[in-house]
Amino acid sequence: MFDLLGIPPQVLFSQLLLGLINGAFYAMLSLGLAVIFGLLNIVNFAHGALYMMGAFGAWMLLNYLGIGYWWALLLSPLMVGLFGVLIERLLLRWLYDLDHLYGMILTFGLALVITGLFRNFYGATGMPYTLPPLLTGGHNLGFMFLPNSRAFVIASSLIVCLSTWFVIERTRLGSYLRAATENPALTEAFGINVSLLVTMTYGFGVALAGFAGVLAAPIYSVNPTMGSDLIIVVFAVVVIGGMGSILGSIITGFSLGIVEGLTKVFWPEASATVIFVIMAIVLMAKPAGLFGRSS
Amino acid sequence: MPLLAVKELEAWYGESHVLHGVTFDVPSGEVVTLLGRNGAGKSTTLKAIIGIMRRRKGSIRFSGKETIGLSARAIARSGIAFCPEDRGIYSSLNVEENLRLPPVVQDGGLSVDEIFDMFPNLRERLKSPGTKLSGGEQQMLAIGRILRTGAKFLLLDEPTEGLAPVIVQQIGRTIKELKARGFTIVLVEQNFHFASTVADRHYVMEHGRVVDMVPNADLAASAAKLSRYLGV
Ligand SMILES: Nc1ncnc2c1ncn2[C@@H]1O[C@H](COP(=O)(O)OP(=O)(O)OP(=O)(O)O)[C@@H](O)[C@H]1O
Ligand SMILES: [Mg+2]
Repeated sequence: MFDLLGIPPQVLFSQLLLGLINGAFYAMLSLGLAVIFGLLNIVNFAHGALYMMGAFGAWMLLNYLGIGYWWALLLSPLMVGLFGVLIERLLLRWLYDLDHLYGMILTFGLALVITGLFRNFYGATGMPYTLPPLLTGGHNLGFMFLPNSRAFVIASSLIVCLSTWFVIERTRLGSYLRAATENPALTEAFGINVSLLVTMTYGFGVALAGFAGVLAAPIYSVNPTMGSDLIIVVFAVVVIGGMGSILGSIITGFSLGIVEGLTKVFWPEASATVIFVIMAIVLMAKPAGLFGRSS
Repeated sequence: MPLLAVKELEAWYGESHVLHGVTFDVPSGEVVTLLGRNGAGKSTTLKAIIGIMRRRKGSIRFSGKETIGLSARAIARSGIAFCPEDRGIYSSLNVEENLRLPPVVQDGGLSVDEIFDMFPNLRERLKSPGTKLSGGEQQMLAIGRILRTGAKFLLLDEPTEGLAPVIVQQIGRTIKELKARGFTIVLVEQNFHFASTVADRHYVMEHGRVVDMVPNADLAASAAKLSRYLGV
């Protein structure tokens, strides 16, 4: 067995794993924010609340309808996505000709309302969501024990993020999306339905948050403020990666999770602030973010 | 009946009123130019026809159908294609994606191979980002990509602007070939000599109106008048 600066490898690896898990969530959430910001030019402050709704969706499906985790992974994001479609069609749509600030205020207000409603009905304490049997247990990798539930989160996040990247960067639908992001008026003048793309993009972006919420349900407890706690860090991740960059938000999400995990090992007191310190440094050196294109 | 009939067209950028009753006809199969000084409203007229100008009034009939109340998407789908003055090449799309972006709206468009035969330069640059091309290549891409769609009515905004003479010639040949294939084209041009080599008639714009029409055959006789309009 080796020792790194007196730190037992089990501690190192388990913190690395925790960091990777956090990173998996950062990546999914900042990816959704990036996709939405790219096309709608709206910083979606409701993202954390929609993530929480994803987790609650899974909890309700199980407790009210007896529908388990695997179906919830599909159904709950779908419901959150549909809810997003409604938000876009009924509310956001009216703000596109106004300053970005209005979109921010609207989504921020929405987040407060949604969180408040859930707190009203379910209280502020967390509710447990039991792991499906398939995800209990784990594997001994020799240098550490890897619980199946955690491995599943990391793998799902990677698959979802990379598929999203693939669709956006390598398919015809993705080329429509990129074109509409860059020049919506001209894209519409080619006969492409930009307004439908906008709706679907918002729906998809928030469905990603809902999916992350379902993944979070068995790992963390399900509670109304789970989104607000997480989303502040995610916004820092988005700022570091650069608003609107797809690959940038995925890479930054995972890397910052790992950095945070490592900080917990080497300098535990700083682990809660390290991401914000990095954000400050990046903002000074590269205001558009690590992967952002300055305009 | 002309293929396109524009009557008393008005348009606004926000509160700023820039078209004040534009009226002109485009007969089917012709190449027609809009001439005029900077700021006369030529680009705005094209943008109003394709529907990018959202605040517009008057009448635009295409194939006999009123389009003034339609969205840009619906107008494009009815068979009009637009090539903007800034070329509108997407930097986040490579050459091939730029070329294939505009959806096919009706049968009879050129195949990608035919477009490459017209503009051989594009074939070698398929994977480069669209905006890494030279200005001339970007213009070829901007024209080439709307030929795939099957639209037979083209709005070209200053396709020769800032390009080397050989490329201007190539674009001139392209326009003649398209006309021979039955396309109808509205061309905004500053290059008066170029316009005279490709067009059937010229409309002159001033302060947001069409103030005169000169058939290309009468061009020599109208030279003095035209140079007064255009200030050349
Ligand atoms: N985006 C805009 N917002 C406000 N005003 C505009 C805008 N674009 C053009 N204008 C104004 O509208 C008028 C007509 O402009 P337009 O671009 O149609 O002229 P043009 O004939 O195409 O000129 P050029 O030969 O310079 O391309 C001009 O006075 C111009 O300043
Ligand atoms: Mg112009």
